[in-house]
Amino acid sequence: MRSMQLVRLLAAAALAAAVPLHAASVELLNVSYDPTRELYRAINAAFASAWKAKTGDDVTIRQSHGGSGTQARAVIDGLEADVVTLATFPDTDAIRRAGLIASGWKTRLPNDSLPYTSTIVFVVRKGNPKGIRDWPDVVKPGVEIVTPNPKTSGNGKLSFLAAWGAVTQRGGSEADALAFVTKLYAQTPVLDLGARAATVTFVQKKVGDVHLAWENEAHLEVQEAGGAVELVYPPISILAEPHVAWVDANVTKRGTAGAAKAYLEFLYTPEAQEIIAEHYYRPSDPSVLAKHRGTFPEMKLFAVTAVARSWEDAADRYFGEGKIFDSIYEPKR
Amino acid sequence: MTTDVNRRVLPGFSLSLGWTLVYLSLLVLVPTAAGFLKASTLSFDAFWAAVSSERAVAAYRLTVGVSLAAALVNVALGVLVAWVLVRYRFPGKTLLDSLVDFPFALPTAVAGLVYSALFVESGWYGRFLVPLGIEGAYSRLGIVLVLVFVGFPFVVRTLQPVLEGLDRDVEEAAACLGATRLQTAVRVIFPSILPAIVTGFALAFARSLGEYGSVVFVSGNMPFETEIAPVLVVARLEEFAYAEATAIAIVLLAISFVTLLAIDLLQRWSSRRHA
Repeated sequence: MRSMQLVRLLAAAALAAAVPLHAASVELLNVSYDPTRELYRAINAAFASAWKAKTGDDVTIRQSHGGSGTQARAVIDGLEADVVTLATFPDTDAIRRAGLIASGWKTRLPNDSLPYTSTIVFVVRKGNPKGIRDWPDVVKPGVEIVTPNPKTSGNGKLSFLAAWGAVTQRGGSEADALAFVTKLYAQTPVLDLGARAATVTFVQKKVGDVHLAWENEAHLEVQEAGGAVELVYPPISILAEPHVAWVDANVTKRGTAGAAKAYLEFLYTPEAQEIIAEHYYRPSDPSVLAKHRGTFPEMKLFAVTAVARSWEDAADRYFGEGKIFDSIYEPKR
Repeated sequence: MTTDVNRRVLPGFSLSLGWTLVYLSLLVLVPTAAGFLKASTLSFDAFWAAVSSERAVAAYRLTVGVSLAAALVNVALGVLVAWVLVRYRFPGKTLLDSLVDFPFALPTAVAGLVYSALFVESGWYGRFLVPLGIEGAYSRLGIVLVLVFVGFPFVVRTLQPVLEGLDRDVEEAAACLGATRLQTAVRVIFPSILPAIVTGFALAFARSLGEYGSVVFVSGNMPFETEIAPVLVVARLEEFAYAEATAIAIVLLAISFVTLLAIDLLQRWSSRRHA
């Protein structure tokens, strides 16, 4: 009897091994920029259970974070990202230019492939001792500014363009804008190379009076600093557009196209939009945004196209070698 | 001086030489060649424009200047520390000796962050120094300070074995022949440790030329003032201008190489003179 049982058990085991498991498992790699670490940790958990409920399959999502430009270069050089969720358009588009993402990628997902947006806001010392409420206050005599280097940082580029647009969008001329940013960077004692380094300079080292930061980073900064700094929303700023895209060459090779696409589409669901808002990114769904108005006060947000023809144009015109940003700095003689 | 490779103590010369060549080629020569290859995609004019802009020249000058200053400080400090560690016995010597290598073990970015946090106005040192007008963070001085930290072990570690190998009899003989202590130090000890000092200096200098992680946190990266050449490389990479970035890197590489070569020649000359 006993041996029969054993035989039956073995047979069952052999059968189980021979028949492929019903639940397949997929692994995706999401290559993103620095501040989205916590956001995607939450999103990934939510997507994994949604995907399991829908298809019965397991999905694991690995995350990679770093400076947005560095991450884009890693993907171009062979990091097998299934999806990229980078900080600025030129980074994603550089991957397209390398032939890994199909052209016209921007229109493949709703809202120009933007499940969320962000902006640049002010962080000031407790009680706002220098009375910084709007862009002109930033360049008042005696105010020191902290923001990263536009040549090396997405935050830095957006801060520059926000300052520029704050002048031209209110009727100022290009010359006024140039004078404004020249003053602004003359009062910037440190040009850190990345967003997090600038946060450390402002909060830990207590350098400067105002920090021009990503909106979501500013919220975290205020929480971490425990009341030593506070957030100020300028009436006008730039619309930051961190596009998302699947990497066609890699998903084709790895057979992950379906899951990668579903993952990005999931970002637009009410569930994910809610998580996005909780992590201080502005959700693209108007009803979720309206629900969180307390966190995201109404500001006039202008797109990059308000200060340049396109992102390429902006990158070249303002930050290209020897162009506007470089011209602010004069050699010391 | 002739070496006869056929009369060796241990067998396996061809195998070990073969491995050495392969290893050096794969890890040093091929990546370097790849750099040159990338830069060679530029026309000469484009190469020259990338490496000779006013901003780049200011950055090389700064990089070389602060590296030189830091290496000189390290020679002074390193000779003293090596001397104390070799010639005296005192409690805690082993601990002190292992502390010398600490800069090798610490990620240099951490060093940069800590130094800048110490020297800013609200920092432990800065609150006393900044009122006196001494800016040890976000200034050229700050870069020198952190480079002194990064390059510190080189002089000590090249000097120590040489000092240990010094024959005390020679010093005694000098004393017997009526040399003062200063004369012994300057005319007997110093010439024999000079090659080691020069080597330590060169290593510390070359190390500083390429240092990036610590400097970017302490320098403030202001163009024409505290912007080191490697920051320009990173800035060009951000524009996806690989070839231009490599061009600047090659200039740095050339400076390092020429320095090391010059020091090597200097050493041969000095060892011949003192042979």
